[in-house]
Amino acid sequence: MNTDTLPEKDIYLPMPAVVEHSEPLTELDRMFLIRLTNGKPLGHMPGQFVSVTVPGIGEAPISLCTAPDERDTFQLVVRKVGRVTAALHDLPPGSSIGIRGPYGNHFPVDSALLGKDLVIIVGGIGLVPVRSAIQYILQRRADYGAITILYGARTPGDRIFLDEIEQWKNYEGVTYQETVDRGDEGWTGNVGVITTLMPGVPVHPEKSRIIICGPPIMYKFVITGLEARGIPLEHIYVSLERRMRCGIGKCGHCQINRLYACTDGPVFNFADLTDMREAI
Amino acid sequence: MSIKYISDASMQEWVTSLISNTTVYGVQAKADRFAYEALADAAALRLDFDVTILPPKKYFQPLVEKIMEFHEDGHYESVIDNTPFVLFGVHPYDAVAIAQMDAVFRKDNADIHYLTRRQQATIVACDIQNTSPTMFAACMGTSTVQEGFDILLTRIGAGYIADVRTEKGEVLLQYLGDAPDADPLLLARREQFWDDAHHFMNKYLLKCAPTDLPKLLETQYDNKVWEANSALCYSCGSCNMVCPTCYCFEVIDKVDWSLKEGERIRRWDACMLRDFAQVAGGHNFRRSREERYRHRFYRKGQYLWKRMGQIACVGCGRCTSACTAKIANPVELYNTLLEG
Repeated sequence: MNTDTLPEKDIYLPMPAVVEHSEPLTELDRMFLIRLTNGKPLGHMPGQFVSVTVPGIGEAPISLCTAPDERDTFQLVVRKVGRVTAALHDLPPGSSIGIRGPYGNHFPVDSALLGKDLVIIVGGIGLVPVRSAIQYILQRRADYGAITILYGARTPGDRIFLDEIEQWKNYEGVTYQETVDRGDEGWTGNVGVITTLMPGVPVHPEKSRIIICGPPIMYKFVITGLEARGIPLEHIYVSLERRMRCGIGKCGHCQINRLYACTDGPVFNFADLTDMREAI
Repeated sequence: MSIKYISDASMQEWVTSLISNTTVYGVQAKADRFAYEALADAAALRLDFDVTILPPKKYFQPLVEKIMEFHEDGHYESVIDNTPFVLFGVHPYDAVAIAQMDAVFRKDNADIHYLTRRQQATIVACDIQNTSPTMFAACMGTSTVQEGFDILLTRIGAGYIADVRTEKGEVLLQYLGDAPDADPLLLARREQFWDDAHHFMNKYLLKCAPTDLPKLLETQYDNKVWEANSALCYSCGSCNMVCPTCYCFEVIDKVDWSLKEGERIRRWDACMLRDFAQVAGGHNFRRSREERYRHRFYRKGQYLWKRMGQIACVGCGRCTSACTAKIANPVELYNTLLEG
């Protein structure tokens, strides 16, 4: 092993960034507009993530939720569930944070999904990383076939991006269905887990490609349902959450059997996970 | 490159000279065991050690290391330790482990913190003179080593052959007084020693070749031994801490009293600890001791082999010694799997 050459940069050093704006989406979820101090676009693809530093508190991996564009800003949706995310929620506009990334692979929006009918099945804040793909796809609407979006949330109040979803529905060939685990007084829509929406959805073993992102418990049930309808596993893409500490395949925390969620994922073709018993 | 024969008296002088010119970490007695410590006195160096409590990885990836400082104005600054040092008395299995870690930290996203320390180190390896009861290096093909160090010492008669393999090693030799070249007879005796080391140092404990382990593990995921052994596990992480090829880490921020300046540290972490794979919100992707225990042996025997092409166990036997529950011995575990 050559020990003489050193890397040019420190892969653990965050880029300085500023919280431009933030607003609550639900009781627990908050959207942040982040600007990199270097004035450059982040240069990500849909499905990637960044490591967000709140100085003095720590670092947490957060999914990117906007399609890439030329601007030097990007959005993150952060659920307040731990130390770093709680601190992030408390930051006033103008606060300095750090960004490392973008990390991980991305939804194959520029390859395997082109020209296909897409069935996008999301639960809870699984919509956050998938939103970046949906935006990307709708910006290039003609490059894809029919699009079906199934969205499950715990309660009506837990749903996010409702205004944007209304816009998505206006695109040609986009079908949207939603369900909640528990309705409330004003709720007249579907009640039940997300698999209850699946029987009515057109999926085709050859033409359809499936994207799944949601809480750990969701994957097994959804995939079993898809298999029963003859969908080959290699047509299914999942985005998996793990404890991505370093984001670059070193620290070991996000390991799924022999794979690292941070560098081999977070997006996986499900056929590649069939012998990864820890995957779902 | 030089190949010298250094008498015990010359060795003492050489090490004394090194100590006065650079930082030297060497193996020393610690109660009835051995440890790498900063060397202040050449007489304290114990090249007849069997195994050290902790492997030398602590000099490349310290237990706790500051990797970054952050400042009130929002800028971040890398903290990189580039102090030169000599690591004296590295057994072959540990030299193999260091070479594996070099590959891990260089592959794909090269880690400047590790690689800088590694670049600053001059490694004086030393062939094994005494073996610990739990060592099984010969099974793993790591009881002798031919690369991954700058100088290799081999005890022959009342002195050492010093085989220099790199320019860095030659630099160290400048501190050595007059010493003869190792003659062919001495080199022949060394060949014999290597041959013996390869064949006799607990060679047949593991009942398969180490390179058979990845294939063996393909069919062992549901073996009852994971559950049975892990039922005794304290989830203490000792097996991880003493392992020369464990390198997982945690990253933690600290602020100073002003709450304006601070630092980021990383420290060793352990996949056997309960919350290692737990995410914010509480979901734990390896909640049970069985899952964590199995993960460790798969990582050593198959996962890292698939990524790096090497079995991530070098046969030092430290985990066996460190485990209170007596379930960490890789030889016993893999042999149990082999017996079906």
